Amino acid sequence: MTLKTISIKNLLRRKGKAGFILAGLVIGVSTVVGIMAFVDAMANDINHKLEKYGANILIVPRTENLALSYGGLALGGVSFEMKEIQEIELARVKTIKNARNVAALGPLVLGVVSVDSHKVLMAGVDFKAAEILKPWWHVQGAVPEENEVILGAEAARILNLSIDDKITIKDKKLVVSGVLQPTGSQDDQLIFTRLVTAQTIFNKSGKISMAEVAALCKDCPIDSMVKQISDVLPGAKVMAIQQIVKSRMETLAQFKKFSYGISGVILLIGSLVVLVTMMGSVRERTDEIGIFRAIGFRKGHIMKIIFMEASIVSGLAGIIGYFTGFGAARAALFIFTENHPGDVPFRFELAVGAVVAALMLGLISSAYPAFMASRLDPNEALRSL
Amino acid sequence: MSYIIGNNLVKKYGEGEIAVSAIDGINFEIEEGEFVGIMGESGSGKSTLLGMMGAMNAPTSGSLMVDDIDIYSLSQEQRADFRREFLGFVFQSFHLVSYLTVVENIMLPLAIIKAGKKKKRAMAEAAMHQVGLSGKAHRLPSQISGGEKERVAVARAIVNEPPVLLADEPTGNLDTKTSHDVMELLHGLNDEGMTIVMVTHSPDCAGYARRIMRVADGKLVDDNVKLRSLKRWQKKEKIKEPFPRQSQAIVAGSLPTG
Repeated sequence: MTLKTISIKNLLRRKGKAGFILAGLVIGVSTVVGIMAFVDAMANDINHKLEKYGANILIVPRTENLALSYGGLALGGVSFEMKEIQEIELARVKTIKNARNVAALGPLVLGVVSVDSHKVLMAGVDFKAAEILKPWWHVQGAVPEENEVILGAEAARILNLSIDDKITIKDKKLVVSGVLQPTGSQDDQLIFTRLVTAQTIFNKSGKISMAEVAALCKDCPIDSMVKQISDVLPGAKVMAIQQIVKSRMETLAQFKKFSYGISGVILLIGSLVVLVTMMGSVRERTDEIGIFRAIGFRKGHIMKIIFMEASIVSGLAGIIGYFTGFGAARAALFIFTENHPGDVPFRFELAVGAVVAALMLGLISSAYPAFMASRLDPNEALRSL
Repeated sequence: MSYIIGNNLVKKYGEGEIAVSAIDGINFEIEEGEFVGIMGESGSGKSTLLGMMGAMNAPTSGSLMVDDIDIYSLSQEQRADFRREFLGFVFQSFHLVSYLTVVENIMLPLAIIKAGKKKKRAMAEAAMHQVGLSGKAHRLPSQISGGEKERVAVARAIVNEPPVLLADEPTGNLDTKTSHDVMELLHGLNDEGMTIVMVTHSPDCAGYARRIMRVADGKLVDDNVKLRSLKRWQKKEKIKEPFPRQSQAIVAGSLPTG
């Protein structure tokens, strides 16, 4: 016979009340866990999607700036007449500390060419890297081999060219292997070819004009990646495309703030349920507590009984709440992400946190009822009958 | 040497003109091993006096010594410890915990002592045996009779082997035969050396005590009615009935108190 026996027996006797407290806490914990797991999964999903949509770091030669935009974004300046970056130096990007966060590295050679008296910007690209850097590209026809080109939609219209047409650029005969579907970006106005072909045309063998980097920055700050790349490429200027990164982070931050706010309110309501129910329970047990005090229980013993009851119910609520919330998050993710359901990863720290938070909530909410119970005068409690 | 000494005990409720004296200057001494009955009408202060002896009701003035310990100089928590170590309390209306079995109710005072499971169990079984409850260990209070509930209450009071047992109307809710059984039980415990102080308004129960204190309007009006005085009177009046009936005469006020 111990105080724990009294606590357990009381809970078993008052199953309804215990169940009510359990339900209140389970709802609170499962909602919080569900929201946090859902937010995590959504954040992963958003990050995954955003990282698929293009570069977020640019590597350009260190030059005097002329305002020029690429992709509708202010880059700070590119000058085609200045020193290019050596292609061989680009390999150093794979040696940085966060090399595993580099999803794709796409060198570009840029130059202006004439096609049928039209001046057109030509870009030599790594089409393999372009699959990650430019996932919105849809090529009608085929990706160009050596001595082949693809045209942006607008370029094809203006130059009046289509698939299999032949063009001559700086005495080099090239075949149109494909046409890009309209992208709504500057790419519509460019001619694209393989990097090697462009380097040959522009006589820039082994050199590049700039490089685009798609960095997976869920677990590292973009600034850190930029600095690491800058350190290995001292002759280059490395910039984060802030707008993308900032908007991504802001979106996630707003989402998280909102979810934490909702979680806080729900936890508060849960704690009030515990407080009110425990207070009612203490009032009903005046006689019993009077007996305990009369036969020699100290105030601390009485409080221990109340806290033990709260701990048992809260601990159970934490465990049940975690699994309920986890399941709810999976269901919600399935509903809200129709194209790429993703997954809700099991996080040990969230599971432990849920149980610990439920315990703390239960204990804190029971503190006042436990204190009131311990202060019951045995003489008054027994005379109340 | 006196074991329980009450010195000019006063208990007032309220203040000023509306103050009510529940106990108004009571002095008494109880020897170790005595069986004392406290009698009086409702509202006379007898339960208040018992509560004071039980370290649950601090007097407004005066002192209460038990085994040379000034009870009300102790802190509240120390008084709780004192109750656990020195006192067994049998409450009016049993006051059993409804969701604990018979044996768990009996073991309640043991829940907070440092002893192994086996030892606690052995102590509970000894108490159950002493009160004649063997075989009912796993029943709930709702599944036993009034007399058995009283026995459980007594067992709970003595499981810790306290030197003093305080009983408040132990037969208040029982029939005559069961009351007799419970009183025989208390009588047996007193024979083993336990000091017992019992509040009762039942003359039959009072007859089991060796000494009766009468309380009226918060004052001690009669004290120390010894058994030998009762027997002398019985002889003088040629009364052959056993002494429980003599308690009726005590209540009637026809027996000498000295």
